[in-house]
Amino acid sequence: MKYILMMNTPGGGPYQIARWPQKDIKAHIAFMISFAKKLGESGELVAAEGLAGPDQAKRVRAGKDGKPITDGVFPEAKEFLAGYWIVDVESPERAYEIAAQASAAPGPGGAPLNMAIEVREVMSGPPKDWI
Amino acid sequence: MPPPLDATAEHLLRDLVPLVLGAVIRRFGDFAASEDAVQEALIAAATRWPRDGVPENPRAWLIQVASRRIADHLRSESARRDREAIVVSLVPPEEQLALAADDANPTGRDDTLDLLFMCCHPVLSTSSAIALTLRAVGGLTTFEIAKAFLVPEATMAQRISRAKQSIKASGVPFEMPLAEERAARLGAVMHVLYLIFSEGYTATTGPELHRSDLSGEALRLTRMLHGDSEVAGLLSLMLLTDARRAARTGPSGELIPLDQQDRARWDRGAIEEGVALISATLPRGSIGPYQLQAAIAAVHDEAPSAKDTDWAQILGLYGLLQRISDNPMVTLNHAIAMAMVHGPASGIERLDALAGDPRLEGNHRLDAVRAHLLERAGDRQGAITHYRRAAERTTSTSERSYLMTQAARLSET
Repeated sequence: MKYILMMNTPGGGPYQIARWPQKDIKAHIAFMISFAKKLGESGELVAAEGLAGPDQAKRVRAGKDGKPITDGVFPEAKEFLAGYWIVDVESPERAYEIAAQASAAPGPGGAPLNMAIEVREVMSGPPKDWI
Repeated sequence: MPPPLDATAEHLLRDLVPLVLGAVIRRFGDFAASEDAVQEALIAAATRWPRDGVPENPRAWLIQVASRRIADHLRSESARRDREAIVVSLVPPEEQLALAADDANPTGRDDTLDLLFMCCHPVLSTSSAIALTLRAVGGLTTFEIAKAFLVPEATMAQRISRAKQSIKASGVPFEMPLAEERAARLGAVMHVLYLIFSEGYTATTGPELHRSDLSGEALRLTRMLHGDSEVAGLLSLMLLTDARRAARTGPSGELIPLDQQDRARWDRGAIEEGVALISATLPRGSIGPYQLQAAIAAVHDEAPSAKDTDWAQILGLYGLLQRISDNPMVTLNHAIAMAMVHGPASGIERLDALAGDPRLEGNHRLDAVRAHLLERAGDRQGAITHYRRAAERTTSTSERSYLMTQAARLSET
């Protein structure tokens, strides 16, 4: 079963991580890289992406003529999606376990961030006997 | 299950793919059908060669098998459509093709080059041209290409099949373009090869192994082009850039900028080849942007340390480059060279002139360079601000990490 693990980080200025001490930034990045690598090696990683900063995000709707109408930027948003992992695992418990590992990524002073990771199951295709 | 092909045979197959495909397309004219037939021939080779041994003339063997498949296919198609076709089909395909399979290309040209020029045709979008080139000329599987570009295999398969359809619909003849067209088309070919190279080179995280294969593939294809002095420039540029690969990233995949790289880890062999190539090419006249960029890379690669770099020469080369290509990125690099030779203030002055350029609006490079020059000029706070702004704007994870670390480093001093 597939799950998407969404890492939401609080707003309040883009990328607060940029305000951390150098060695903490480095430790955080090293953690994220080895985390993705381990998931890849265990064969559970489907996809992982980090998203560009929210200060460039736009909300898009189609106008009457079907052309895009853009709205934004939203620098004051309370929370924004910083990145996600999609994993293919045996059980929901395993997905929660992975999410907890990501949540404990080191922050300032090396202390775990314990940030909230939203875990949602990815819908699958129709059951086999259905087709 | 037959035993798998050994590495030598697999390499041989990959080298032969464009030759075989070129020959089959030349004979039957249908790109998509020829590609399918060559795929079937490759599968046949993979099952039969380990058992029977590699044939004496593997190229002719593959062409013959592929031609037989395509002839079978055309025959059954036309039999359905047209009763007269039965007359043709009564001649066994082996006999129809027995003579043709082994004959030399009547024009004496290398089919691979024709194929490369066809895949980089202007009717195709750049991403399609890249995919098709890797598939048809490079002989990579759709799965490999999809992996390298980090997209699902189905997406890549669709991109490739649409590219083939566009070629078919446009009626592009399978031949080398006329002389006047060739120059323009060669530009597109070099552009595609350079993009393939860069795609592989700039990858620092993710499945880096697959992506660095792209650089190797671009180098291999560029080597086949030879002749033109800009092609030599492009090859030299790739060699001189690729030479720094091992030194470019740290243990956890972080970017290491040129001035901080461990030069002992640079590939001396590649540097020697690149330098020799560009040194032999430059005096031949008709200097283009790839040659100039190669010359700049050569100056960097030949410097024993960052501080021994001949910036005056680099400044001169960027000056020339600026005159032939109106590209704000060139102007940015020119500003860096200016700062290295005449001090940071003159570089910052050049950046100010660029600030209004709409092509650079929101581009993180402008901020990154400004931060760098402000730091050199001793404006710590200004440098921090611009490093952070560049970090917010870049879309490259590893570059963002680098820029954030720079800002943090300055905040701590």
